[in-house]
Amino acid sequence: MGRALAVIIWILTLLSVSLFFIDKWWFPTAISSHAAALDRQFLITIIVVGLAFTAAQVGLGYMVWKYREDADRSRATYTHGSSKLEVIWTVVTAIIFIGLAVMGQSVWASLRFNDAPPGSYQVEVVAQQFQWNFHYPGTDRVFGRTDPNLIDDSGLNFIGLDEADPNAKDDAVHTVLAIPSGRPVELLLRSKDVIHNIWVPQLRFKQDLVPGMVIRVHFTANTPGKYELACAELCGQLHFQMKSYLLVLPDDELGALTALPQDQFQTRMTELLAKYKLPAQN
Amino acid sequence: MSGETHEAVHRHPAPTGFIRKYIFSLDHKVIGIQYIMLALVAVLVGMTMSVLMRMNLSWPGTNWPILGTLFPGGAPDGMMTPEFYLSLVTMHGTIMVFFVLTTAPQGGFGNYFLPIQIGAEDMAFPVLNMLSFWVTLVGFIVILSAIFFSGADSTVGPIGGWTGYAPLSALPNAGPGQGMGMNLWIISIAIFCVGSLLGALNFITTLLNMRTRGMSLMRMPLTCWAWFTTAVLALLSFPVLLGGGILLLLDRLAGTSFFIPGGLYLSGILSGTDERFPLHTGGSPILWQHLFWFFGHPEVYIAILPGMGATSHILSTFARKPVFGYRAMVFAIFAIGLLGFFVWGHHMFISGMSPYSAMTFSILTLSIGVPSAVKTFNWLGTLWGGRIRFTTAMLFAIGFVSLFVAGGITGLVLGQTSLDLPMHDTYFVTAHFHLVMGVASIFGMFAATYFWFPKMFGRLMNESLGKFHFWITFIGVYCIFVPMHTMGIVGMPRRFAQFTEYEYLKTLHPLVVFVSIAAIATVLAQIVFYFNLLWSIFKGKRAGENPWDATTLEWTTASPPPHDNFAGHLPVVYRGPYEFAVPGAANDFVMQTEPEVILQAVGSGREGTSGNGHDGHRH
Repeated sequence: MGRALAVIIWILTLLSVSLFFIDKWWFPTAISSHAAALDRQFLITIIVVGLAFTAAQVGLGYMVWKYREDADRSRATYTHGSSKLEVIWTVVTAIIFIGLAVMGQSVWASLRFNDAPPGSYQVEVVAQQFQWNFHYPGTDRVFGRTDPNLIDDSGLNFIGLDEADPNAKDDAVHTVLAIPSGRPVELLLRSKDVIHNIWVPQLRFKQDLVPGMVIRVHFTANTPGKYELACAELCGQLHFQMKSYLLVLPDDELGALTALPQDQFQTRMTELLAKYKLPAQN
Repeated sequence: MSGETHEAVHRHPAPTGFIRKYIFSLDHKVIGIQYIMLALVAVLVGMTMSVLMRMNLSWPGTNWPILGTLFPGGAPDGMMTPEFYLSLVTMHGTIMVFFVLTTAPQGGFGNYFLPIQIGAEDMAFPVLNMLSFWVTLVGFIVILSAIFFSGADSTVGPIGGWTGYAPLSALPNAGPGQGMGMNLWIISIAIFCVGSLLGALNFITTLLNMRTRGMSLMRMPLTCWAWFTTAVLALLSFPVLLGGGILLLLDRLAGTSFFIPGGLYLSGILSGTDERFPLHTGGSPILWQHLFWFFGHPEVYIAILPGMGATSHILSTFARKPVFGYRAMVFAIFAIGLLGFFVWGHHMFISGMSPYSAMTFSILTLSIGVPSAVKTFNWLGTLWGGRIRFTTAMLFAIGFVSLFVAGGITGLVLGQTSLDLPMHDTYFVTAHFHLVMGVASIFGMFAATYFWFPKMFGRLMNESLGKFHFWITFIGVYCIFVPMHTMGIVGMPRRFAQFTEYEYLKTLHPLVVFVSIAAIATVLAQIVFYFNLLWSIFKGKRAGENPWDATTLEWTTASPPPHDNFAGHLPVVYRGPYEFAVPGAANDFVMQTEPEVILQAVGSGREGTSGNGHDGHRH
């Protein structure tokens, strides 16, 4: 029984670890400037995790193989432990674990401990149940005033944009997020109703949108293309369908898009969505 | 301990009528079995729901006529609606966390064995003990009633996940699943909190005041340390959830705005402009998350600590060897309990909370891995040099160690702020917490069941069926939960009713199907367990007092123990709990109640009597 258990533990360990070596079931290719450091940190962590997992399971299997009750019925070793061993393994794990935690802060700090660099491309994101609204400030780079009292879903004013505000004249609102390639982007995240979460796997980026708050986040995407954008926080019945696209566009193409008046903006966006293809599967 | 006073207070005569004996019983043993039965029923409901969810995810668009018959609203034409699926998610999580993982390990086995293991006749407050069970049962009935009172929404309960994030959970007009079902969900949890609080008070008082003569703290079995620490965690964390639940209910029913900010626009209505959506202003959705996770994180330790205790106890017994590093194990339990209160923010890295708080929580979170690793090392140390007897209980205890490592170790990934950006709310998280707080805890309880069943019912469970149950379940849970990590790395989000909308998830479909098949097979294997349980109560081999050659107090009394546990003679304790393989002793185990070690042969030396909890840890 001990040998069978040991072998099963080892086989399960081997199969579990090998699952993490299958390329097509790994991160999709990254498109953001912080992703390389993040993926490296993930790789280092998953290697530590894999080694610790394997060592513990191999050790467990070894113990049940070696110390199964045998025929000679001699007694077990009488010991209550070893303070020296306790100190060693406590200190060693503390160094590894806390070391990983500290290393893991660098990407976080680069994204979250500072404001968006000046000149970042700004988009306001207004989430609502099962729909994304992206508010583009237009060529003046100033967002028009919004007011909850002006929100009218049936009239298609989803974010309550005040048409009377001069700054709103060149604004556009669309359900697709278009951002420049190679330039910092700042998103101003809001929600109209419940908590949502903006999630693009290729960006390695995720952030809650909380009603009552404006959360500012920034990142830089550097590979033009079309990517799926999901809501990753349970927001109600059709949460799984709250889908949109992220379009990462060359700067001139985005500039041309942003300069268009609202109606042409919509048409051009449809063309761009058709022009760019989703990335091939790993 | 001042034996005279507490004996006088706590002794109560054995009841004779059926109702006082088996229904409204004051006997901690009967109450323990009642808790276990509650968990056995609840886990069936929870498991059934998980199978329904897997069917929906793996074979989207399939017509299941049986579903259409059972849930004409939730699965019209046999196809599940998204709101029905999400209500299954919510109810599965809530029932499993509260009514299985909190109920069986602590209320069930803790209730039955803590008093016996410390040599007490009953809990400190028997009436309170009875009340805590009945309150918990009312909580369960209320959550079940959510299944039936959600009919208008065609769901089996609310939509919110077991975390019930506001303002989704606070707004009755936020779509299906936010009506009466949500009220009942909150009320059920509030009732459960009260039951758990009563239980926690009882456990703490009993352990501190009612240990028998000689049962010093450091001579207690590790199970008692685990139950005690769990009770302290429950005492400090459940009131916060109770408070949060009451505030959430007020937001829903009384028009307050604790968790609801101003200016919300929902289903075409701006808050305050129509009677269907009254004015709310000034609340904070993040406040709910703080209150919930201040409870919710200690809760995961509430679920797993008793399993850790049982595992330590059973590994030592069947390795025929003292627990390696008893003192370190006690410190580790405390460290986990204490640190468990300072890590709740790791659920909230991307909630909008300050990024500096996130960093602090992250570092504290990885620190809690240290005592967890220390426990693992000590379990391996306990097996090292042992003479392992592979009973079913032992197999499950070894399985616990394997699964605790498998599930716990990925906390190193999720606890890091940066890595949470891709991993948050993906199947990687689902895999992590199911393995560690779900499956590992359940393995601890399976081990406890096979181990203590003979004490509880006087008969052994069938070992062949038990081993069959172990092999399928052990391999099954690996097959279910390891692939979920991979899904998470690819980016599969939790709580999606379907994955068909997203191109990048299509590559995962074979894994999704594989997991579902493994889940269904594993669930079916549990029939063997239930059968074994029922069959063995009546037909199992008679056990006798001490079938496992174990050392602690529960094995010094009859199986099952009499009403007052020790038939009028409280035991006296002379040594630590895990004196196996004492050199020179006649048997390979020395019970806690044996005053002298009977020497096998002359000249074996007196150090054989060490391990009394004070000087036995420097070998």
